[in-house]
Amino acid sequence: MTTIAQKAPDVISDPGRMQAVRRSVAGRHRTERWFRRICFGITAFAVLLLVLFLAAILYNGIGTLSQHFLTAPPGPDPSQAGFYPAIWGTVWLLVLVAVFTLPLGIATAIFLEEFRPRRQLLRRALAFVQANITNLAGVPSVVYGIVGLTAFVSMFQLFGSPNSPAFEMGIQYYDQFYNQAGVVMLVPVNRPDAPYTDPEQGMTAMTPEGEGLKVHVIDADAPWPEDETLSARTLRENDMAGRIDRRQWYYFRIPFGRGVLAGALTLMLVILPIVIISAQESLRAVPDSLREAALGLGATRWQVVRRVTLPSALPGIMTGAILAISRAIGEAAPLLMIAGIVFISNPPGHLMDDFTAMPLQIFNWAQRPQASFHEIAASGIIVLLAVLLTFNAAAVLIRQKFQKPLS
Amino acid sequence: MAGSALFSILVTLAIVLILGIETAHFFGQDEVSLGEFFGQVKWNPLLGAEKHFGIWPLVCGTFLVAGIALIVAVPMGLVTAIYLSEYAGSRVRAVVKPALEILAGIPTVVYGFFALVLLTPGLKMLHEGFGSYNALAAGIAVGILILPIVSSLSEDALRAVPSSLREGVYGLGGTKFDAAVKVVFPAALSGIISSVLLAAARAVGETMIVALAAGSTPRLTLDVREEIQTMTGFMVQMALGDVSNFGVEYFSMYAVAATLFVITFILTILGAVIRKRFRETYE
Repeated sequence: MTTIAQKAPDVISDPGRMQAVRRSVAGRHRTERWFRRICFGITAFAVLLLVLFLAAILYNGIGTLSQHFLTAPPGPDPSQAGFYPAIWGTVWLLVLVAVFTLPLGIATAIFLEEFRPRRQLLRRALAFVQANITNLAGVPSVVYGIVGLTAFVSMFQLFGSPNSPAFEMGIQYYDQFYNQAGVVMLVPVNRPDAPYTDPEQGMTAMTPEGEGLKVHVIDADAPWPEDETLSARTLRENDMAGRIDRRQWYYFRIPFGRGVLAGALTLMLVILPIVIISAQESLRAVPDSLREAALGLGATRWQVVRRVTLPSALPGIMTGAILAISRAIGEAAPLLMIAGIVFISNPPGHLMDDFTAMPLQIFNWAQRPQASFHEIAASGIIVLLAVLLTFNAAAVLIRQKFQKPLS
Repeated sequence: MAGSALFSILVTLAIVLILGIETAHFFGQDEVSLGEFFGQVKWNPLLGAEKHFGIWPLVCGTFLVAGIALIVAVPMGLVTAIYLSEYAGSRVRAVVKPALEILAGIPTVVYGFFALVLLTPGLKMLHEGFGSYNALAAGIAVGILILPIVSSLSEDALRAVPSSLREGVYGLGGTKFDAAVKVVFPAALSGIISSVLLAAARAVGETMIVALAAGSTPRLTLDVREEIQTMTGFMVQMALGDVSNFGVEYFSMYAVAATLFVITFILTILGAVIRKRFRETYE
């Protein structure tokens, strides 16, 4: 107080005003103290909320987290249900999303940052692209889900439907017969909608193991042959076939249908703007002196990118990419639009296979009314968060280990 | 590489075209008209003999949840941002910032679970009027989800204000409170507003939390204890249901998505414009 009084002599001469100044200073310090307390309290509350929240999920889910949970398929009985297909579905999505998104995103970022044209018109065009990418980052992911549903799952209904696709490879259709002795015989057919095969004397078929055999056909009421080898290739003339198919690992069709490929492409749309923006930021962080030095030595623009800019920006790009992909792992809404909630008991075997992913399976369990399903949903959340924390830790490690100041 | 840059424009075009064409399909059907879509206050496309396509109950639900979320997130986020940028020492910041970033990295389906399994029972204990699905639990969870966006972006804006301004306040005998609230905060206002708008866009488009916790009854209400449905919630319901691919219900999904797209697009652009137009630069 005394310091103020010394600096403001005219205030001292008036005792009333001096009182007012003292009150005002004391009041402002009181406000300051209270504001500091409130600030600290609310920040602490926000952190506490996080701790409480994680503790609650741990408490709910740790009991049902077991090796069985990680290796079993989901089922109607929550105590037996597992997370296996969801874990593998997520792994498939992760790999595919990385393969699609990273080259595209990084190439876009390099183009926008390193190959800036000098002409006014092109610069305007690039500014438009830039604004566009920023806006894409704000589109809700569920809208991307709807776009993916139209563009990838059914391809605008231009190429047939997912059930009878216009183009297929890596698939073989069979008509499957069961004869009276319980032997299975398969007759290959060309198209899924071909008419069903009628048993004919001498037609070729195969066993499920792939051995060929000549079919022996008898009348509907003829006596069944005694001989075992003959019985194994005998059908009655009125036997009916069922249509099955076998898919190779490289099975591919257009339109894609509700498969893991469509899911990954949709997730690509969601995280592409994030990858581009973060890669741009790390390219921008490379000081221009490095580029100028390389250009001065006679390097081309591409050589500058290849040998100078990209290597020094790579840790930053990697960090951004890992964070973007961990965002994709956690996304449920677009996948829900693509895959829906179907019962999946196997991990995907090829690109077109139906799939489930960790967030989808968690949603599936969480929306059921029974509390026991909520417990395994919490177990699933623990697995999901463990994966995401690993990813985030990797990103932080890369950032700390490789990023050193360049200027 | 120019091709990959063009790809982003293609994606935008594809979004607009797909939503536009399929929405036009929707309004081309006999059961529905543009006037009904924006004029009626009943949304009931799935059940009952007579179908109603008035978008307002879904819009109302969406803004109810987003409003609750902003009421939760904006004051908390701003105070946290002021604390981190003006008061906290480097050690506190080293703990709190990553903690908030973790909060931002948690998948939304986890927040949905949190709202359904932890928040709703808590609210029911406080007041008997709450249903198993209600707007308040969903809104609070969305608020916690967007809290890191508000606090982190606002903190960036606050820290961008040069320290000479703060020193000026101290030189005039002001306290830290005076500096933070009366000088730094107004100076960073454009950045803060655009962070709030970004958070609002996230809240409007948030899906999994409302799909789990808010329910599936479209209702024109401001009662936070009641079950409601948001635009995103309706889309999820359609994705889960077994609706034939070409009925009017199916196309209504695109009309709702187009509405949602327009709303979030406006919020995003507004944020960008405010940041650009009202930014104060200091040397």
